[in-house]
Amino acid sequence: MTPMTPVSQAHALELLQGMVRIRRFEEKCAELYSAMKIRGFLHLYIGEEAIAVGVMQALRSEDSVAATYREHGHALARGLSMRSIMAEMYGKLEGCCRGRGGSMHLFDAATRFFGGSAIVAGGIPLSVGLALADKLQGRANVNACFFGEGAAAEGEFHESINLATLWKLPVLFLCENNRYAMGTALERSESETDIHLKAQSYGLKSEAVDGMDVIAVEQAAQRACDAIRNGEGPYFLEFTTYRFRPHSMFDPELYREKAEVHAWKEKDPITLFSQKLLVEGLIRDADIARIEANVQDEITVAVEYAEAGQWEAAEDLKRYVYSERGHHE
Amino acid sequence: MSNQRESGTVETTYREAIRAAIREAMLKDPRVFLMGEDVGRYGGCYAVSKGLYDEFGPERIRDTPLSESVFVGTGIGAALGGMRPIVEVMSVNFSLLCMDQIVNNAATIQHMSGGQFNIPLVIRMATGAGLQLAAQHSHSLEVLYAHIPGIRVVAPATLEDARGMLATALEDPDPVLIFEHAGLYNRPGQIAVDAGAVDIDRAVIRRKGEDVTLITYGGSLYKTLDAAAALAEQGIHAEVIDLRSLRPLDEATLLASVRRTQRAVVVDEGWRSGSLAAEVIARISEQAFYDLDAPLARVCSEEVPIPYAKHMEQAALPQTQTIINTVKMCFGDRND
Repeated sequence: MTPMTPVSQAHALELLQGMVRIRRFEEKCAELYSAMKIRGFLHLYIGEEAIAVGVMQALRSEDSVAATYREHGHALARGLSMRSIMAEMYGKLEGCCRGRGGSMHLFDAATRFFGGSAIVAGGIPLSVGLALADKLQGRANVNACFFGEGAAAEGEFHESINLATLWKLPVLFLCENNRYAMGTALERSESETDIHLKAQSYGLKSEAVDGMDVIAVEQAAQRACDAIRNGEGPYFLEFTTYRFRPHSMFDPELYREKAEVHAWKEKDPITLFSQKLLVEGLIRDADIARIEANVQDEITVAVEYAEAGQWEAAEDLKRYVYSERGHHE
Repeated sequence: MSNQRESGTVETTYREAIRAAIREAMLKDPRVFLMGEDVGRYGGCYAVSKGLYDEFGPERIRDTPLSESVFVGTGIGAALGGMRPIVEVMSVNFSLLCMDQIVNNAATIQHMSGGQFNIPLVIRMATGAGLQLAAQHSHSLEVLYAHIPGIRVVAPATLEDARGMLATALEDPDPVLIFEHAGLYNRPGQIAVDAGAVDIDRAVIRRKGEDVTLITYGGSLYKTLDAAAALAEQGIHAEVIDLRSLRPLDEATLLASVRRTQRAVVVDEGWRSGSLAAEVIARISEQAFYDLDAPLARVCSEEVPIPYAKHMEQAALPQTQTIINTVKMCFGDRND
């Protein structure tokens, strides 16, 4: 028997809503992709929602977040408005990046959300640098950096963990191990498949966490953030998880068995969490229905906002390549 | 910097001028720090930062692991976090290991974010040949960066620019790459006691002339000036333009000169194919074609990896005599 969910009803509902929000938003995105409203690459996070939602509970507004091209969930959980993300997917001026970034490059200064990097492991050094800036300026912030297990094959992963540990920088390394780097299975690309052990060899605290259990994620993130804020240097968390959908909308999924996908769907973080809460009597069916209705309303508004949005004037094409003088200090 | 003269100048070198600029920036702004391989205890591969570690300590003169990608990326992140980092990459050849960070992050984040973030980062690196360092330390790859929108690329050739470009680069809200020619570090000369910040936008005419415009930058400036002096003795008065900024290019200065002289030769230590010289020539062709009296020409490095042996290395590089010969061809002289 698993232990009782150690959170209040209100917080449990918040976590559940956070995950449902990402799931339904992305389902809508897939639909809009088929309708050709959204173009380019679209990488869905469906199946992995517990990680972004759980981790964000431990972060504060002054902390920073950097993520990958599969970052809709992180952006939503961090507090970017759904409508500004949807408008960005549409390529509209009202999008969080005026339509210049798209699905893979969501940025938001207000919530200190630094992308949206589509170079595997390329965003990790940014978090190391943001952490160095915090340390040099005496701020006790956490700099959270999400990446997939595929990043472990890149030099920047190793260089970053080494440097952050060497300089005791406040970086929270968050590895979302969904077992496939695009279509390459972990055991087909890594001699040592235990990513958290690899990290540990650099001398920082490193844990493996069940990424399908939002409570386990939240608790681990809280532990890690406490240690980082306490000046103990960086911390590494590896979350085991699974991507329920194809890598992107172009992926025929030739590299994995349907049975494997099915088995992981049995561990759906939303289903498992909501069933547990129902069994424990912490929530009722009506609560779930209300969450679904709220989320549906938010999505409807977001789509309407994106549909009604404007296209940035093509004359503005060359803006934002260099700073506009007088705009910055 | 001793031997102060009554004229208000001091004896210095290109290396010392850069060091003075770093030191001044560190003293002026607590957000400035220097980071790179062996910049601290060792004093810098080319001894540029010698003494700064003792003065400012390990927090602000930061020795990094041999991890170009992460220390440049860390510079980008630190700039986003409110600092004013100066990152030293030992040589442009090594910068290929961090090109991802420069091209995919430093140059793109402002645009991808719709103008929300800017990156006030300065990256310094050595470039160029002449020290018999062979094919992995001697190349002039700055054109690769001059190709990239979102960054600025400058190349100081004079003591004044070595002393003054850094301060202006640090004031810039966007990434600036400073290319220091390795062959210039020992170059001595007099500099004004109060030398300070200079613009990083404009090309400058280093020698006036009316017969032909010689366009160059960085380490090739002095060979070009020597060629101009020799040509003057033969009755050809060459104007010499130091580009200084490789991105953006100061077209106005170039075109005004070429329209006057009606001839131009570009001298560039990079390889001819896809070179900065090619870009300069294309722009002159596009905008001043009907003002020209002779085909445009260029003097570039031979298309080989730079060899070690001194005579072979020199054979690969633009030389004063090659410049003279090329200029004379613009006047119909087939070189005797």
